[in-house]
Amino acid sequence: MEGKKDIYYLHGLAVPETPAAGNAPEPWKETRVVGTRQPRVDGYERLSGSAIYPSDVVLPGMLYGAVLRCPHPHAEIEDIDTSAAEKIPGVRAVLTGRSPDAEVLWREDQDYQTLLFNRICRFEGEAVAAVAADTPYIASDALRAIRVEYKVLPFTVNERRALEPDAPKVHSHGNRASVTHYARGDVFKGLEQADVVHEESYRTQCEIHTPMELHGCAARWEGDSLTIWESTQGVYAVQEKAARALGMPLSRVRVIGHYMGGGFGSKLKPGKYTIIAALLARMTARPVKLFLTREETYLVTGNRPPVDMRLKAGVKKDGTLTALDFSCVGTGGAFPSGGTALVDWLIRDLYTCPNVRTESTDVFIHAGPARPFRAPGHPQGSWALEQMMDALAEKTGLDPVEIRLKNIPLYSQAREGNPPYTTTGLKECIVRGAREFDWKRARAQAEKTRNHTIRRGVGMACALWFVGGGRPPSTIVLKLFSDGSANLNMGASDIGTGTKTVMAMVVAEELRISPHMIQIENADTGTTQFATPSGGSKTVPTEAPAVRDAALQVKRQLLEMAAKDLEAPVSELKFDIDAIFSKTDSGKRIKLTDLTDLKKGGVVVGIGRRGPNPEHKVVNPFVAQFCEVQVNMKTGEVGILRFLSANESGRVMDRLTFDGQVAGGITMGIGLAMTEIRVLDERATGKMLNRNWHDYKLPTALDVPPVIVSAPVEMPDDEANTTGAKGLGEPVTIPTAGAVANAIHHATGIRMTESPMDPTRLLARLVQATKEG
Amino acid sequence: MGKQNDQPDSVRQGITRRGFITGVDVGAAALTVSTCVSASRVEEHELISSGETVKVTLNINSRKHTLLVEPRWTLLFVIRERLGITGTKEGCGRGECGACTVLIDEIPRYACMTLALEAEGHEITTLEGLMDGERLGTVQEAFIAEDAYQCGYCTPGQIMAVEGLLRKIPEPSPEEIRRGVSGNLCRCGAYTHIFKAAERASRDRSKGGSS
Repeated sequence: MEGKKDIYYLHGLAVPETPAAGNAPEPWKETRVVGTRQPRVDGYERLSGSAIYPSDVVLPGMLYGAVLRCPHPHAEIEDIDTSAAEKIPGVRAVLTGRSPDAEVLWREDQDYQTLLFNRICRFEGEAVAAVAADTPYIASDALRAIRVEYKVLPFTVNERRALEPDAPKVHSHGNRASVTHYARGDVFKGLEQADVVHEESYRTQCEIHTPMELHGCAARWEGDSLTIWESTQGVYAVQEKAARALGMPLSRVRVIGHYMGGGFGSKLKPGKYTIIAALLARMTARPVKLFLTREETYLVTGNRPPVDMRLKAGVKKDGTLTALDFSCVGTGGAFPSGGTALVDWLIRDLYTCPNVRTESTDVFIHAGPARPFRAPGHPQGSWALEQMMDALAEKTGLDPVEIRLKNIPLYSQAREGNPPYTTTGLKECIVRGAREFDWKRARAQAEKTRNHTIRRGVGMACALWFVGGGRPPSTIVLKLFSDGSANLNMGASDIGTGTKTVMAMVVAEELRISPHMIQIENADTGTTQFATPSGGSKTVPTEAPAVRDAALQVKRQLLEMAAKDLEAPVSELKFDIDAIFSKTDSGKRIKLTDLTDLKKGGVVVGIGRRGPNPEHKVVNPFVAQFCEVQVNMKTGEVGILRFLSANESGRVMDRLTFDGQVAGGITMGIGLAMTEIRVLDERATGKMLNRNWHDYKLPTALDVPPVIVSAPVEMPDDEANTTGAKGLGEPVTIPTAGAVANAIHHATGIRMTESPMDPTRLLARLVQATKEG
Repeated sequence: MGKQNDQPDSVRQGITRRGFITGVDVGAAALTVSTCVSASRVEEHELISSGETVKVTLNINSRKHTLLVEPRWTLLFVIRERLGITGTKEGCGRGECGACTVLIDEIPRYACMTLALEAEGHEITTLEGLMDGERLGTVQEAFIAEDAYQCGYCTPGQIMAVEGLLRKIPEPSPEEIRRGVSGNLCRCGAYTHIFKAAERASRDRSKGGSS
């Protein structure tokens, strides 16, 4: 992570010592398994219903928890009367701020501590009380029976007005959360040197993660030990936070999350719901399952913050950038949560530009705190920068592809000392993508529809992801059994990206056994190794090298065993499918299952660790995307006809799941571009008006192009780590919305600077343009 | 939300055995179903309260399950929490996402929008019902081959939607496939792979495999 930014909540997490750089193994020259299309090793479990997700857990005697939430964006609790709720048959526990059990400190952020139940509620949905009951229906009856007297206070839910002097304050010190600055070169000079200067305002709206599985957990006590089955991206992160809140040793908090139904950053840490479930289970001496309702997840489990951006850019006639001057105002809601974190990163670092200045102002409003959302900050900044590049291309008469190729950086300009990238495939992504998309022809064809009611447009955008190289720590334990099958033990969660499958492929690559002979134990603090949460597109580049190391440890031991049996030096021996043989003496060959020491010992254990990243170098993935749209000039409806993504994410580990990530990232980006917006009732109530999937629209099967082409630019990154893989999940969603906006501009001549580009908004602009015509 | 300060009495009011929906606040899911209940049947039945249970027999995956349910319990709640059949998932509980899609008499329906009582006398098929013992059905196999899922949570519902489509239209067009799964959200964005899986399943079946 860069500097003080802690978007993945790693601050304060116990991080074991990183081993010193040892004798790193040679990079793979050719691979047999890695890089192929491998169906998921846990496909059967996920598709047969036998995979138990945390929300599927049903335990004997289990109760159901529910949380009463403040209906106002800003209110003070004057009184709570739970007597009627307590009398309802089937209600087993009621918890409020007055309950002795609820005296728990809760960290919203590393620097901001509150109580589990606060007297002052600073956002709609803040927890007020909780119940446990025999069924969720009775729990919900009980919530309605709790009477709360609120003193409703004035609120601020529009971040653009939050700094006005009369704006109601979220915190006593005011609504300014932070202001950060960055500068290099001299922006004024840069603008003077420019042949063309363009300035524009942009805005992206607030998005809600809404993973399919709701947020929550099941909690069970056995004496002093607590087990939590949580839908999470990181079991160790949940363990750490739950143990701290409950004042327990880590050893007595076991968190299990074998499967989970999506998180996108919103499940990198536990919620108050986790602690509340544990408290209710302790009060009732029964297991408690507490999953939020869908409506609650809209209010309290994070978001991608809305942001207003202003960008002024200077460019020479030949397309060389001379200056980028950027400022933004955003909000992470009621608590410090990085409302503008990384919004300016692409402005700083994507294209070569000697003179850059950015200013990011994060303000508080009375709304739910943000959580990291797939590539925090980046899609927002990309929306501004990529539309600006498109506009600069137009003004200089250059092709959008050409102007980007003019400004390809080979080192990170925004980092101190300008460290080079281990690999940078930005140029290759643009060139390959444009070729496979047939960019020039598609642009020309689209321009022939200029007089039609249904017009076509073609657009592109690029991005990098500021991390994505992975890093220590990771520890993997690999056990090879005497029959040649293996057990891989890893702490990391597979959040749907295919982590387990990729790891099985790495083992299979080294030990030459089938990926389906490998049983994986993961995401359980009681039985698996320490891992940081799966997020930041770092899981494959973090875990895969450790898995490879573990496999190599096993291999080394097997070779030593074979050397004893075959009476030959290790250096003479080679691995074959299920056997070891001598390179010089063809008579010397032994099957793995015949190795004397393996039979005696029963298993061979390899412990692998993630080595350090290369010093003074940056590991970033790159991407270029191309799309074609059609726009109905009479209705403002947009159809996205096709999409192509050229991703440079180092080595492609599993082509099948790689392509799945690409399609998924683009689909999510289409949501940002076309449909997603949080609507807060600024005037009357300050409440969120569209907290459900009917009113907050996600892309459906009808909103995505029938075909999304994944055209990886494979550049195994041997310096990055011992598998050459970089992250993919986040970079692939960053440029999508900007690419669509550029395509719509190409089709209509309208520059949609504010998301989402729904028919109502687009039509209004089309009508206005006709009037001004 | 928004109704948290109601009098407790309103919760515990009596309700009629069949027309239990009207006049009582039993939560958004049940309320939305009220349009399905014929108004003319409301008056004629005795009152029972929300804590009381009724015996119901559900035919799920060709097995009969007889149990006591509260009239307000959804089919989804009974399937997941009472019978432990966990292939059917809950994404919203109010008919928005399709994660709980099951077949009711061969038609894909949202189990969260169907009361357990309404489902009596009908043939209910869940994800588990597509399997032959431990063997996956053709649609499930196709989803694996095309990697038509990521986290896997919406997937059972997607599979049931495709299954229902193929039972009605064995060889659907791409447009029919898109419409067929358009009632099922996938936040991971596996749609394009789901289209391919539906096409593959259709091909596999026409080659001679049944489900």
